[in-house]
Amino acid sequence: MDLKDLYRDVILDHNRQPRNFGRIESPDGRAEGHNPLCGDRLSVCVRMDGERVADIRFEGHGCAISTASASLMTEAVKGKDRAAIAALFARVHALLTQPQAAVDAGLGKLAALSGVREFPARVKCASLCWHTLNAALAHGTATVSTE
Amino acid sequence: MAANISPVSRADPAPAQAPRLDVARVRGDFPILGTLVNGQPLVYLDSAASAQEPRQVLRAVETYATESHANVHRGVHALSQAATAAFEGARERVRRFLNARAVREIVFTRGTTEAINLVAQAYARERLGPGEEILITALEHHANIVPWQMVRDRTGCALKVAPMNRRGELLWDEFLKLLGPRTRLVAVAHVSNALGTVLPVKQMVDAAHAAGAVVLVDGAQAVPHTRVDLQALGADFYAFSGHKLYAPTGIGVLYGREELLGAMPPWQGGGDMILSVSFEKTTYNELPYKFEAGTPNISGAVGLAAAMDYVEGLGLEAIAAHEQRLLALATAALERLPYIELVGTAAHKAAVLSFTMTGVHAHDLGTVLDAQGVAVRTGHHCAMPVMTFLGIPATARASFACYNTEDDVARLVAALTRAREVFL
Repeated sequence: MDLKDLYRDVILDHNRQPRNFGRIESPDGRAEGHNPLCGDRLSVCVRMDGERVADIRFEGHGCAISTASASLMTEAVKGKDRAAIAALFARVHALLTQPQAAVDAGLGKLAALSGVREFPARVKCASLCWHTLNAALAHGTATVSTE
Repeated sequence: MAANISPVSRADPAPAQAPRLDVARVRGDFPILGTLVNGQPLVYLDSAASAQEPRQVLRAVETYATESHANVHRGVHALSQAATAAFEGARERVRRFLNARAVREIVFTRGTTEAINLVAQAYARERLGPGEEILITALEHHANIVPWQMVRDRTGCALKVAPMNRRGELLWDEFLKLLGPRTRLVAVAHVSNALGTVLPVKQMVDAAHAAGAVVLVDGAQAVPHTRVDLQALGADFYAFSGHKLYAPTGIGVLYGREELLGAMPPWQGGGDMILSVSFEKTTYNELPYKFEAGTPNISGAVGLAAAMDYVEGLGLEAIAAHEQRLLALATAALERLPYIELVGTAAHKAAVLSFTMTGVHAHDLGTVLDAQGVAVRTGHHCAMPVMTFLGIPATARASFACYNTEDDVARLVAALTRAREVFL
């Protein structure tokens, strides 16, 4: 096991300096995510422009994988519509959970999360933000849990 | 204050005259310690979660399986008698280990959790009601919280929690204030699994008895590090697990005072816990079999007895002294690292060092330490209320056992230094 496979520079950078960190006043959707096993908590809020995510912010505390994944996600989904985000989540999910598959290079910076699949205990760290975003998009306000 | 109370239990720094442990020889008894983890020699600092098993235990279990296995208490054939002798011999071994009065007071369970649940269901739930109270402490493991919440929800009794301070010490005066005429049962950890605090259980038992309450002590983290003398301690119930004492998983013990166990109804029904069964009426077996429905974990009990032989062979005082040396060494080393904060700094501690690293989540720390072959526990340690009180989501926890060395401490410190470099 090489630590650099998990903690790539992109991940360490986004952990140190998370992008789109904070909250949106009067968001169109907001959800809380909680991983009771590690105590990770984050909230995701979105401002919509029709079907499109015009702005997205997240805040909370978690491990480097969870924080970097959320930061990378906000960059990746900003400006995309719901359908494109759903498709992107499916590709990220496959990246995180299919150890044998080739890395989906089309994912850009998100591909830095591919090392997570060698660490089954950490998959939920990386996927928590996506489940939380889904909840924010679907229900307006909600709480999701990994358990 | 709790810090000024000298617990009667001997989890305190052991007396200087304790013979020094021959750790190199001890390590030779544990085959798993030769494992390479991620290409590095294993440094196993997670014995508080589960200790490794020495050859003596592995061999005893294998010998039982190859020479004596059959079901117990049933057959007249030779193997059944041999198995029964091994199983009941193990019970006597446990009685002697704990200095309990009688083997009737020793109930085999799956572990500490099952032992506590047995008392919760067969004792507390039968007796408690509205206006009555169960008292626990802020330091408890979930296994000594949730069973009592289940009792509370079924009986309408109240669950009170004696607070601790930031160092992880019980607030003795607050404990006494909460102990009153309504308190029917006090359930406390002997040693905190998350922080390592040794609780003043003898004083707690005496105070609880003076208030007319019955006391259960969760000894899961104490038994590997201290000699427990139940007649001196006076606890009404005492629970522990084999696998933290170098025995296999799936075997544990509930000690209960005979008068209490005798008055309790059975918990689970089935074979072995009966004397006679008809469709109209069943006569329950005598103690302790009344609480051991079904075929028990015979080989686990054999392994537990072998583990008790093993630790008494090394000497519990020598083990405790060795662990205290490592704890002091590791505490001093980690205190020198400005980015490490120790969590749980009670005056009396046993073999557990919990800590956080500034800016690094415990799980990332655990992963980076694992990459260097160092196994520590990370997370809330099944003690979420402890974490909530301290305002942290998780800690990393290094715990020490008879087979750990000063080199293990050095490897931990080096791995922490490396982790710091990765994240900053």
